[in-house]
Amino acid sequence: MDNKKLIYLDNNATTPTDPRVVDAMLPYFYTHPGNAASRNHPFGWAAEEAVDYSRDMIANLLGVDGKEIIFTSGATESDNLALKGVYEMYQRKGNHIITLTTEHKAVLDSCKKIEKMGGKVTYLEVNNEGLVDLKQLEAAITDKTILVSIMWANNETGVIQPMKEIGAICEKHGVLFMSDATQAVGKIPVKPKEVGVHLMAFTGHKMYGPKGVGVLFVNRKNPRVKVTAQIDGGGHERGMRSGTLNVPGIVGIGKAAEIANNEMAAEAERLSKLRDRLEAGLMKMEETYINGSVANRMPHVTNISFKHVEGEGLMMTFNQNIGVSSGSACTSASLEPSYVLIALGLGDDLAHSSIRFSLGRFTTEEEIDYAIEAVSKGVQHMRDLSPIWEMYKEGVDLESIEWSAH
Amino acid sequence: MAYSEKLLEHFKHPKNVGTLDKSSKNVGTGLVGAPECGDVMRLQIEVDDESGVIKDAKFKTFGCGSAIASSSLATEWLKGKTIDEAMSIDNMAIVEELALPPVKIHCSVLAEDAIKGAIEDYKSKNK
Repeated sequence: MDNKKLIYLDNNATTPTDPRVVDAMLPYFYTHPGNAASRNHPFGWAAEEAVDYSRDMIANLLGVDGKEIIFTSGATESDNLALKGVYEMYQRKGNHIITLTTEHKAVLDSCKKIEKMGGKVTYLEVNNEGLVDLKQLEAAITDKTILVSIMWANNETGVIQPMKEIGAICEKHGVLFMSDATQAVGKIPVKPKEVGVHLMAFTGHKMYGPKGVGVLFVNRKNPRVKVTAQIDGGGHERGMRSGTLNVPGIVGIGKAAEIANNEMAAEAERLSKLRDRLEAGLMKMEETYINGSVANRMPHVTNISFKHVEGEGLMMTFNQNIGVSSGSACTSASLEPSYVLIALGLGDDLAHSSIRFSLGRFTTEEEIDYAIEAVSKGVQHMRDLSPIWEMYKEGVDLESIEWSAH
Repeated sequence: MAYSEKLLEHFKHPKNVGTLDKSSKNVGTGLVGAPECGDVMRLQIEVDDESGVIKDAKFKTFGCGSAIASSSLATEWLKGKTIDEAMSIDNMAIVEELALPPVKIHCSVLAEDAIKGAIEDYKSKNK
Protein backbone atom coordinates (compact mmCIF):
# COMPACT_ATOMS: atom_id res chain seq x y z
CA MET A 1 0.00 0.00 0.00
CA ASP A 2 1.53 3.26 -1.09
CA ASN A 3 1.67 5.49 1.96
CA LYS A 4 1.21 8.60 -0.08
CA LYS A 5 -2.10 7.46 -1.55
CA LEU A 6 -5.07 9.42 -0.31
CA ILE A 7 -8.08 7.40 0.77
CA TYR A 8 -11.42 9.16 0.52
CA LEU A 9 -14.06 8.00 2.97
CA ASP A 10 -16.05 11.22 3.11
CA ASN A 11 -18.45 10.65 0.20
CA ASN A 12 -21.36 12.09 2.19
CA ALA A 13 -19.57 15.44 2.11
CA THR A 14 -19.10 15.24 -1.66
CA THR A 15 -18.26 12.64 -4.28
CA PRO A 16 -15.57 12.67 -6.95
CA THR A 17 -17.10 13.46 -10.34
CA ASP A 18 -17.10 10.23 -12.34
CA PRO A 19 -14.71 10.57 -15.32
CA ARG A 20 -17.54 9.44 -17.60
CA VAL A 21 -19.57 12.40 -16.35
CA VAL A 22 -16.70 14.81 -16.97
CA ASP A 23 -16.34 13.47 -20.51
CA ALA A 24 -20.05 13.97 -21.15
CA MET A 25 -19.89 17.56 -19.88
CA LEU A 26 -16.81 18.81 -21.73
CA PRO A 27 -18.29 19.43 -25.19
CA TYR A 28 -20.83 21.83 -23.67
CA PHE A 29 -18.21 24.33 -22.59
CA TYR A 30 -16.68 25.18 -25.95
CA THR A 31 -17.83 22.92 -28.79
CA HIS A 32 -21.57 23.26 -28.05
CA PRO A 33 -21.65 26.46 -26.05
CA GLY A 34 -25.22 27.49 -26.70
CA ASN A 35 -27.75 28.84 -24.25
CA ALA A 36 -30.56 26.29 -23.97
CA ALA A 37 -33.08 29.14 -24.26
CA SER A 38 -31.72 30.31 -27.63
CA ARG A 39 -34.54 28.89 -29.72
CA ASN A 40 -33.47 30.26 -33.06
CA HIS A 41 -30.17 28.64 -33.96
CA PRO A 42 -28.35 25.28 -33.82
CA PHE A 43 -26.20 26.36 -30.91
CA GLY A 44 -29.27 26.73 -28.73
CA TRP A 45 -30.96 23.65 -30.17
CA ALA A 46 -27.96 21.48 -29.30
CA ALA A 47 -27.99 22.80 -25.75
CA GLU A 48 -31.73 22.33 -25.39
CA GLU A 49 -31.49 18.78 -26.68
CA ALA A 50 -28.77 17.97 -24.17
CA VAL A 51 -30.84 19.42 -21.33
CA ASP A 52 -33.94 17.49 -22.41
CA TYR A 53 -31.94 14.28 -22.51
CA SER A 54 -30.73 14.89 -18.96
CA ARG A 55 -34.24 15.62 -17.80
CA ASP A 56 -35.31 12.28 -19.19
CA MET A 57 -32.41 10.40 -17.58
CA ILE A 58 -33.29 11.90 -14.22
CA ALA A 59 -36.99 11.28 -14.72
CA ASN A 60 -36.19 7.64 -15.53
CA LEU A 61 -34.16 7.23 -12.38
CA LEU A 62 -36.99 8.61 -10.24
CA GLY A 63 -39.92 7.10 -12.13
CA VAL A 64 -41.43 10.51 -12.85
CA ASP A 65 -42.16 12.73 -15.86
CA GLY A 66 -39.48 15.02 -17.33
CA LYS A 67 -41.86 17.96 -16.90
CA GLU A 68 -41.62 17.45 -13.14
CA ILE A 69 -37.87 18.10 -13.01
CA ILE A 70 -36.65 21.61 -12.24
CA PHE A 71 -32.94 22.36 -12.40
CA THR A 72 -31.37 24.49 -9.68
CA SER A 73 -27.86 25.23 -8.39
CA GLY A 74 -27.97 22.45 -5.84
CA ALA A 75 -29.93 20.81 -3.03
CA THR A 76 -29.68 23.85 -0.77
CA GLU A 77 -31.40 25.97 -3.39
CA SER A 78 -33.94 23.20 -4.06
CA ASP A 79 -34.75 22.98 -0.34
CA ASN A 80 -35.18 26.75 -0.16
CA LEU A 81 -37.41 26.74 -3.24
CA ALA A 82 -39.56 23.89 -1.96
CA LEU A 83 -40.08 25.24 1.56
CA LYS A 84 -40.38 28.95 0.86
CA GLY A 85 -42.06 28.34 -2.48
CA VAL A 86 -44.79 26.18 -0.93
CA TYR A 87 -45.18 28.51 2.05
CA GLU A 88 -45.81 31.47 -0.25
CA MET A 89 -47.96 29.60 -2.77
CA TYR A 90 -50.27 27.97 -0.24
CA GLN A 91 -50.62 30.72 2.33
CA ARG A 92 -54.37 30.90 1.88
CA LYS A 93 -54.55 27.27 2.89
CA GLY A 94 -52.38 27.54 5.97
CA ASN A 95 -49.02 28.51 7.44
CA HIS A 96 -47.84 25.46 9.40
CA ILE A 97 -44.91 23.24 8.46
CA ILE A 98 -43.74 20.07 10.23
CA THR A 99 -40.15 18.87 10.05
CA LEU A 100 -37.52 16.99 12.12
CA THR A 101 -34.72 18.28 14.36
CA THR A 102 -32.25 16.15 12.38
CA GLU A 103 -32.81 17.80 9.00
CA HIS A 104 -30.02 19.45 7.02
CA LYS A 105 -29.36 23.11 7.77
CA ALA A 106 -30.75 24.05 4.34
CA VAL A 107 -34.13 22.87 5.61
CA LEU A 108 -33.81 24.04 9.22
CA ASP A 109 -32.55 27.52 8.35
CA SER A 110 -35.24 27.92 5.67
CA CYS A 111 -37.80 27.01 8.34
CA LYS A 112 -36.33 29.61 10.69
CA LYS A 113 -36.72 32.19 7.93
CA ILE A 114 -40.33 31.12 7.41
CA GLU A 115 -40.96 31.54 11.14
CA LYS A 116 -39.61 35.09 10.90
CA MET A 117 -42.02 35.66 8.03
CA GLY A 118 -44.89 34.67 10.32
CA GLY A 119 -45.15 30.94 9.61
CA LYS A 120 -45.34 28.23 12.27
CA VAL A 121 -42.94 25.30 12.30
CA THR A 122 -43.03 22.15 14.43
CA TYR A 123 -39.65 20.45 14.84
CA LEU A 124 -40.31 16.83 15.81
CA GLU A 125 -37.78 14.89 17.89
CA VAL A 126 -36.49 11.52 16.71
CA ASN A 127 -35.98 8.37 18.75
CA ASN A 128 -32.53 7.11 19.68
CA GLU A 129 -32.23 5.31 16.37
CA GLY A 130 -32.85 8.56 14.54
CA LEU A 131 -36.34 7.62 13.32
CA VAL A 132 -39.48 9.77 13.42
CA ASP A 133 -42.40 8.68 15.62
CA LEU A 134 -45.32 8.29 13.21
CA LYS A 135 -47.95 8.83 15.91
CA GLN A 136 -46.29 12.08 16.94
CA LEU A 137 -46.19 13.17 13.32
CA GLU A 138 -49.89 12.53 12.79
CA ALA A 139 -50.77 14.23 16.08
CA ALA A 140 -48.84 17.34 15.05
CA ILE A 141 -50.93 17.92 11.91
CA THR A 142 -53.50 20.72 12.18
CA ASP A 143 -55.93 22.27 9.73
CA LYS A 144 -53.28 24.91 9.04
CA THR A 145 -50.57 22.40 8.08
CA ILE A 146 -49.47 22.78 4.47
CA LEU A 147 -46.23 20.79 4.36
CA VAL A 148 -44.31 17.98 5.99
CA SER A 149 -40.57 18.06 5.26
CA ILE A 150 -38.60 14.91 6.11
CA MET A 151 -35.28 13.87 4.59
CA TRP A 152 -35.05 10.50 2.88
CA ALA A 153 -31.66 9.56 4.36
CA ASN A 154 -29.65 11.45 6.97
CA ASN A 155 -26.28 12.83 5.96
CA GLU A 156 -24.53 12.11 9.27
CA THR A 157 -25.87 8.69 10.22
CA GLY A 158 -27.30 7.38 6.95
CA VAL A 159 -30.59 6.59 8.72
CA ILE A 160 -33.53 6.13 6.30
CA GLN A 161 -36.96 7.33 7.42
CA PRO A 162 -40.18 5.27 6.93
CA MET A 163 -41.10 7.20 3.78
CA LYS A 164 -44.11 5.13 2.70
CA GLU A 165 -45.77 5.40 6.11
CA ILE A 166 -45.12 9.15 6.28
CA GLY A 167 -46.54 9.52 2.77
CA ALA A 168 -49.70 7.66 3.79
CA ILE A 169 -50.23 9.99 6.77
CA CYS A 170 -49.77 13.08 4.57
CA GLU A 171 -52.16 11.72 1.95
CA LYS A 172 -54.76 10.99 4.61
CA HIS A 173 -54.66 14.59 5.88
CA GLY A 174 -54.24 16.32 2.53
CA VAL A 175 -50.81 17.72 3.40
CA LEU A 176 -47.95 18.05 0.92
CA PHE A 177 -44.90 15.88 1.57
CA MET A 178 -41.45 17.21 0.73
CA SER A 179 -38.17 15.35 1.08
CA ASP A 180 -34.52 16.32 0.91
CA ALA A 181 -33.26 13.16 -0.78
CA THR A 182 -29.70 14.33 -1.41
CA GLN A 183 -28.06 11.41 0.38
CA ALA A 184 -30.29 8.77 -1.22
CA VAL A 185 -30.75 9.57 -4.91
CA GLY A 186 -28.43 7.54 -7.11
CA LYS A 187 -27.47 5.28 -4.21
CA ILE A 188 -30.70 3.44 -3.36
CA PRO A 189 -33.97 3.25 -5.34
CA VAL A 190 -35.79 6.54 -4.79
CA LYS A 191 -39.28 6.72 -6.34
CA PRO A 192 -41.21 9.69 -4.94
CA LYS A 193 -44.54 8.74 -6.52
CA GLU A 194 -44.43 5.29 -4.94
CA VAL A 195 -44.28 6.72 -1.44
CA GLY A 196 -46.36 9.87 -1.84
CA VAL A 197 -43.58 12.46 -1.95
CA HIS A 198 -44.72 15.59 -3.82
CA LEU A 199 -41.50 17.64 -3.79
CA MET A 200 -37.97 16.31 -3.64
CA ALA A 201 -34.56 17.97 -3.56
CA PHE A 202 -31.18 16.55 -4.47
CA THR A 203 -27.84 17.56 -5.95
CA GLY A 204 -25.31 16.38 -8.51
CA HIS A 205 -22.24 16.38 -6.35
CA LYS A 206 -23.49 13.67 -3.99
CA MET A 207 -24.04 11.22 -6.86
CA TYR A 208 -20.72 11.42 -8.72
CA GLY A 209 -21.90 14.44 -10.72
CA PRO A 210 -20.49 17.97 -10.64
CA LYS A 211 -20.96 20.60 -7.95
CA GLY A 212 -23.21 23.54 -8.76
CA VAL A 213 -26.27 21.75 -10.13
CA GLY A 214 -29.28 20.21 -8.44
CA VAL A 215 -32.89 19.25 -8.95
CA LEU A 216 -36.26 19.92 -7.41
CA PHE A 217 -38.90 17.34 -8.35
CA VAL A 218 -42.36 18.96 -8.33
CA ASN A 219 -45.34 16.67 -8.74
CA ARG A 220 -47.60 17.68 -11.61
CA LYS A 221 -50.69 15.44 -11.43
CA ASN A 222 -52.81 14.33 -8.52
CA PRO A 223 -52.04 16.69 -6.98
CA ARG A 224 -50.71 19.45 -9.19
CA VAL A 225 -48.11 21.12 -7.00
CA LYS A 226 -46.76 24.60 -7.57
CA VAL A 227 -44.08 26.65 -5.87
CA THR A 228 -43.63 30.42 -5.92
CA ALA A 229 -40.30 31.15 -7.58
CA GLN A 230 -37.59 32.41 -5.25
CA ILE A 231 -35.44 33.62 -8.13
CA ASP A 232 -37.12 35.85 -10.71
CA GLY A 233 -36.00 36.90 -14.17
CA GLY A 234 -37.08 35.28 -17.39
CA GLY A 235 -39.42 32.57 -16.18
CA HIS A 236 -37.23 29.53 -16.89
CA GLU A 237 -38.18 26.07 -15.61
CA ARG A 238 -41.92 26.64 -16.02
CA GLY A 239 -41.73 29.91 -14.15
CA MET A 240 -40.44 28.21 -11.03
CA ARG A 241 -36.73 29.01 -11.33
CA SER A 242 -35.34 31.73 -13.53
CA GLY A 243 -31.79 31.90 -14.82
CA THR A 244 -29.82 30.60 -17.76
CA LEU A 245 -29.51 26.85 -17.42
CA ASN A 246 -26.12 25.49 -16.38
CA VAL A 247 -25.93 23.31 -19.48
CA PRO A 248 -22.63 21.53 -18.72
CA GLY A 249 -23.75 20.94 -15.14
CA ILE A 250 -27.11 19.63 -16.25
CA VAL A 251 -25.49 17.31 -18.76
CA GLY A 252 -23.33 16.12 -15.89
CA ILE A 253 -26.13 15.36 -13.46
CA GLY A 254 -28.06 13.67 -16.28
CA LYS A 255 -25.11 11.43 -17.05
CA ALA A 256 -24.67 10.71 -13.35
CA ALA A 257 -28.33 9.68 -13.19
CA GLU A 258 -27.95 7.44 -16.22
CA ILE A 259 -24.93 5.70 -14.69
CA ALA A 260 -26.72 5.35 -11.35
CA ASN A 261 -29.73 3.78 -12.99
CA ASN A 262 -27.49 1.12 -14.51
CA GLU A 263 -25.01 0.54 -11.70
CA MET A 264 -26.76 1.43 -8.46
CA ALA A 265 -27.91 -2.01 -7.38
CA ALA A 266 -24.55 -3.73 -7.81
CA GLU A 267 -22.74 -0.78 -6.26
CA ALA A 268 -24.94 -0.75 -3.16
CA GLU A 269 -24.30 -4.46 -2.70
CA ARG A 270 -20.54 -4.03 -3.02
CA LEU A 271 -20.39 -1.02 -0.71
CA SER A 272 -22.59 -2.64 1.87
CA LYS A 273 -20.11 -5.50 2.17
CA LEU A 274 -17.18 -3.11 2.44
CA ARG A 275 -18.99 -1.01 5.03
CA ASP A 276 -19.76 -4.09 7.09
CA ARG A 277 -16.12 -5.14 6.83
CA LEU A 278 -14.96 -1.72 8.05
CA GLU A 279 -17.47 -1.74 10.87
CA ALA A 280 -16.57 -5.27 11.99
CA GLY A 281 -12.90 -4.34 11.97
CA LEU A 282 -13.41 -1.24 14.10
CA MET A 283 -16.02 -2.68 16.46
CA LYS A 284 -13.39 -5.19 17.63
CA MET A 285 -12.15 -2.43 19.95
CA GLU A 286 -13.96 -2.03 23.24
CA GLU A 287 -16.22 0.95 23.98
CA THR A 288 -17.13 1.57 20.34
CA TYR A 289 -20.72 2.38 19.39
CA ILE A 290 -22.60 2.65 16.09
CA ASN A 291 -24.81 5.74 15.92
CA GLY A 292 -28.24 5.51 14.28
CA SER A 293 -30.47 2.65 13.22
CA VAL A 294 -28.42 -0.25 11.92
CA ALA A 295 -31.44 -1.84 10.23
CA ASN A 296 -32.66 1.29 8.42
CA ARG A 297 -29.69 3.02 6.90
CA MET A 298 -27.76 3.66 3.72
CA PRO A 299 -25.48 0.82 2.61
CA HIS A 300 -22.30 2.88 2.46
CA VAL A 301 -22.31 4.81 5.75
CA THR A 302 -21.23 4.09 9.28
CA ASN A 303 -21.10 6.62 12.09
CA ILE A 304 -19.09 5.31 15.04
CA SER A 305 -18.24 6.78 18.44
CA PHE A 306 -14.95 5.76 20.05
CA LYS A 307 -15.54 6.46 23.70
CA HIS A 308 -13.05 8.60 25.64
CA VAL A 309 -11.33 9.70 22.42
CA GLU A 310 -12.02 13.10 20.85
CA GLY A 311 -12.92 13.13 17.15
CA GLU A 312 -10.66 15.86 15.76
CA GLY A 313 -7.65 14.50 17.58
CA LEU A 314 -8.41 11.01 16.32
CA MET A 315 -8.71 12.24 12.74
CA MET A 316 -5.33 13.94 13.08
CA THR A 317 -3.70 10.58 13.68
CA PHE A 318 -4.58 9.46 10.15
CA ASN A 319 -5.67 12.48 8.14
CA GLN A 320 -2.46 12.59 6.13
CA ASN A 321 -3.92 9.66 4.19
CA ILE A 322 -7.57 9.24 5.07
CA GLY A 323 -10.46 11.71 4.73
CA VAL A 324 -13.51 11.35 7.02
CA SER A 325 -15.75 13.67 9.09
CA SER A 326 -16.47 13.99 12.81
CA GLY A 327 -19.41 15.17 14.91
CA SER A 328 -17.04 16.73 17.40
CA ALA A 329 -17.45 20.36 18.40
CA CYS A 330 -13.76 20.88 17.71
CA THR A 331 -14.36 20.40 13.98
CA SER A 332 -17.17 22.90 13.69
CA ALA A 333 -16.87 26.65 13.30
CA SER A 334 -19.56 27.15 15.91
CA LEU A 335 -17.84 24.89 18.48
CA GLU A 336 -21.14 23.03 18.92
CA PRO A 337 -21.17 19.23 18.65
CA SER A 338 -23.28 17.57 15.95
CA TYR A 339 -26.93 18.49 16.54
CA VAL A 340 -27.99 15.32 14.73
CA LEU A 341 -26.12 13.05 17.15
CA ILE A 342 -27.40 15.05 20.11
CA ALA A 343 -30.95 14.59 18.78
CA LEU A 344 -30.33 10.82 18.87
CA GLY A 345 -29.76 11.21 22.60
CA LEU A 346 -26.07 10.38 22.39
CA GLY A 347 -24.80 12.77 25.03
CA ASP A 348 -22.16 15.36 24.24
CA ASP A 349 -19.19 13.17 25.07
CA LEU A 350 -20.13 10.48 22.53
CA ALA A 351 -20.94 13.18 19.95
CA HIS A 352 -17.41 14.57 20.44
CA SER A 353 -16.04 11.06 19.89
CA SER A 354 -17.82 10.30 16.64
CA ILE A 355 -16.41 9.68 13.19
CA ARG A 356 -18.51 9.32 10.03
CA PHE A 357 -17.15 6.96 7.36
CA SER A 358 -18.96 7.23 4.01
CA LEU A 359 -17.75 4.90 1.29
CA GLY A 360 -18.16 5.41 -2.45
CA ARG A 361 -17.85 4.17 -6.00
CA PHE A 362 -14.07 4.40 -5.95
CA THR A 363 -13.48 2.79 -2.53
CA THR A 364 -11.53 -0.48 -2.64
CA GLU A 365 -11.20 -3.36 -0.21
CA GLU A 366 -7.50 -2.59 0.15
CA GLU A 367 -8.36 0.92 1.28
CA ILE A 368 -10.83 -0.41 3.83
CA ASP A 369 -8.26 -2.76 5.32
CA TYR A 370 -5.72 0.05 5.50
CA ALA A 371 -8.31 2.28 7.16
CA ILE A 372 -9.18 -0.35 9.78
CA GLU A 373 -5.55 -0.58 10.77
CA ALA A 374 -4.84 3.16 10.71
CA VAL A 375 -7.96 4.08 12.66
CA SER A 376 -7.41 1.33 15.23
CA LYS A 377 -3.84 2.52 15.80
CA GLY A 378 -5.10 6.08 16.08
CA VAL A 379 -7.72 5.13 18.67
CA GLN A 380 -5.08 3.32 20.70
CA HIS A 381 -2.73 6.32 20.56
CA MET A 382 -5.49 8.68 21.67
CA ARG A 383 -6.60 6.37 24.47
CA ASP A 384 -3.03 6.20 25.75
CA LEU A 385 -3.17 9.98 26.01
CA SER A 386 -6.65 10.17 27.50
CA PRO A 387 -7.14 10.72 31.25
CA ILE A 388 -10.76 9.62 31.06
CA TRP A 389 -9.78 6.36 29.36
CA GLU A 390 -7.34 5.77 32.20
CA MET A 391 -10.07 6.51 34.74
CA TYR A 392 -12.53 4.24 32.96
CA LYS A 393 -9.97 1.42 33.00
CA GLU A 394 -9.43 1.92 36.71
CA GLY A 395 -13.15 1.51 37.27
CA VAL A 396 -13.81 5.14 38.17
CA ASP A 397 -17.43 6.16 37.64
CA LEU A 398 -17.02 9.18 35.39
CA GLU A 399 -20.59 10.28 36.05
CA SER A 400 -19.73 10.81 39.70
CA ILE A 401 -16.91 13.29 39.08
CA GLU A 402 -17.53 16.99 39.54
CA TRP A 403 -15.93 18.42 36.45
CA SER A 404 -14.78 22.00 36.46
CA ALA A 405 -16.47 22.81 33.15
CA HIS A 406 -15.57 26.07 31.47
CA MET B 1 -7.36 22.88 9.82
CA ALA B 2 -3.77 23.61 8.89
CA TYR B 3 -1.74 23.46 12.06
CA SER B 4 1.81 24.73 12.65
CA GLU B 5 4.83 22.41 12.51
CA LYS B 6 5.42 22.84 16.26
CA LEU B 7 1.84 21.93 17.06
CA LEU B 8 1.95 18.85 14.84
CA GLU B 9 5.23 17.78 16.46
CA HIS B 10 3.64 17.99 19.94
CA PHE B 11 0.67 16.05 18.68
CA LYS B 12 2.64 13.28 17.00
CA HIS B 13 5.26 13.01 19.75
CA PRO B 14 3.70 14.43 22.89
CA LYS B 15 6.09 15.20 25.75
CA ASN B 16 5.72 13.82 29.26
CA VAL B 17 2.64 11.69 28.82
CA GLY B 18 1.82 9.81 31.98
CA THR B 19 0.66 9.69 35.55
CA LEU B 20 2.25 10.70 38.85
CA ASP B 21 1.15 9.41 42.23
CA LYS B 22 -1.55 11.89 43.19
CA SER B 23 -1.54 10.79 46.81
CA SER B 24 2.08 11.89 47.24
CA LYS B 25 2.63 15.12 49.16
CA ASN B 26 5.01 16.40 46.50
CA VAL B 27 2.56 15.97 43.66
CA GLY B 28 -0.02 18.56 42.60
CA THR B 29 -2.81 17.50 40.26
CA GLY B 30 -4.92 19.80 38.11
CA LEU B 31 -7.99 18.25 36.42
CA VAL B 32 -9.92 20.69 34.24
CA GLY B 33 -12.60 20.59 31.56
CA ALA B 34 -15.42 18.05 31.16
CA PRO B 35 -16.20 15.14 28.83
CA GLU B 36 -19.37 16.93 27.65
CA CYS B 37 -17.22 19.83 26.49
CA GLY B 38 -14.89 17.58 24.53
CA ASP B 39 -11.88 18.74 26.57
CA VAL B 40 -10.40 17.20 29.71
CA MET B 41 -6.82 17.91 30.77
CA ARG B 42 -5.04 16.33 33.70
CA LEU B 43 -1.74 18.01 34.46
CA GLN B 44 0.51 16.92 37.33
CA ILE B 45 3.67 18.41 38.85
CA GLU B 46 6.21 16.90 41.20
CA VAL B 47 7.91 19.54 43.32
CA ASP B 48 11.26 19.31 45.09
CA ASP B 49 10.59 20.23 48.75
CA GLU B 50 13.83 22.04 49.42
CA SER B 51 14.25 24.13 46.29
CA GLY B 52 10.56 24.57 45.38
CA VAL B 53 11.47 23.64 41.83
CA ILE B 54 9.18 21.53 39.65
CA LYS B 55 11.32 18.51 38.89
CA ASP B 56 8.78 16.54 36.88
CA ALA B 57 5.52 17.17 35.07
CA LYS B 58 3.12 14.79 33.34
CA PHE B 59 -0.11 15.16 31.43
CA LYS B 60 -2.99 13.27 29.85
CA THR B 61 -5.59 14.98 27.67
CA PHE B 62 -8.92 14.06 26.08
CA GLY B 63 -9.31 16.65 23.34
CA CYS B 64 -8.40 17.86 19.90
CA GLY B 65 -4.93 18.37 18.43
CA SER B 66 -4.68 21.89 19.90
CA ALA B 67 -5.65 20.71 23.36
CA ILE B 68 -3.09 17.91 23.34
CA ALA B 69 -0.33 20.15 22.00
CA SER B 70 -1.12 22.90 24.55
CA SER B 71 -0.90 20.55 27.50
CA SER B 72 2.23 18.81 26.17
CA LEU B 73 3.92 22.18 25.78
CA ALA B 74 2.81 23.18 29.27
CA THR B 75 4.60 20.20 30.85
CA GLU B 76 7.80 21.11 29.00
CA TRP B 77 7.67 24.67 30.25
CA LEU B 78 6.89 23.61 33.82
CA LYS B 79 9.94 21.41 34.31
CA GLY B 80 12.74 23.34 35.97
CA LYS B 81 10.59 26.32 37.03
CA THR B 82 9.77 27.28 40.57
CA ILE B 83 6.14 27.34 41.70
CA ASP B 84 6.04 31.13 41.47
CA GLU B 85 7.53 31.16 37.99
CA ALA B 86 5.01 28.53 36.94
CA MET B 87 2.08 30.65 38.18
CA SER B 88 3.04 33.33 35.68
CA ILE B 89 2.75 31.09 32.60
CA ASP B 90 0.23 32.89 30.41
CA ASN B 91 -2.07 31.22 27.87
CA MET B 92 -1.15 33.75 25.15
CA ALA B 93 2.43 32.50 25.30
CA ILE B 94 1.09 29.03 24.40
CA VAL B 95 -1.01 30.54 21.58
CA GLU B 96 2.08 32.25 20.16
CA GLU B 97 4.42 29.30 20.49
CA LEU B 98 2.01 26.92 18.75
CA ALA B 99 0.43 29.53 16.43
CA LEU B 100 -3.03 28.43 17.57
CA PRO B 101 -5.83 29.62 15.30
CA PRO B 102 -8.36 31.99 16.97
CA VAL B 103 -11.02 29.28 17.27
CA LYS B 104 -8.57 27.17 19.36
CA ILE B 105 -7.41 29.80 21.83
CA HIS B 106 -9.67 28.33 24.49
CA CYS B 107 -7.46 25.20 24.51
CA SER B 108 -4.55 27.30 25.76
CA VAL B 109 -6.78 28.84 28.42
CA LEU B 110 -7.65 25.37 29.64
CA ALA B 111 -3.94 24.48 29.79
CA GLU B 112 -3.27 27.58 31.90
CA ASP B 113 -6.15 26.57 34.18
CA ALA B 114 -4.67 23.08 34.48
CA ILE B 115 -1.29 24.52 35.49
CA LYS B 116 -2.86 26.74 38.13
CA GLY B 117 -5.01 23.84 39.32
CA ALA B 118 -1.95 21.64 39.82
CA ILE B 119 -0.13 24.38 41.71
CA GLU B 120 -3.16 25.07 43.94
CA ASP B 121 -3.44 21.40 44.71
CA TYR B 122 0.26 21.17 45.67
CA LYS B 123 0.01 24.28 47.83
CA SER B 124 -3.06 23.01 49.64
CA LYS B 125 -1.17 19.84 50.57
CA ASN B 126 1.87 21.74 51.78
CA LYS B 127 0.51 24.55 53.87
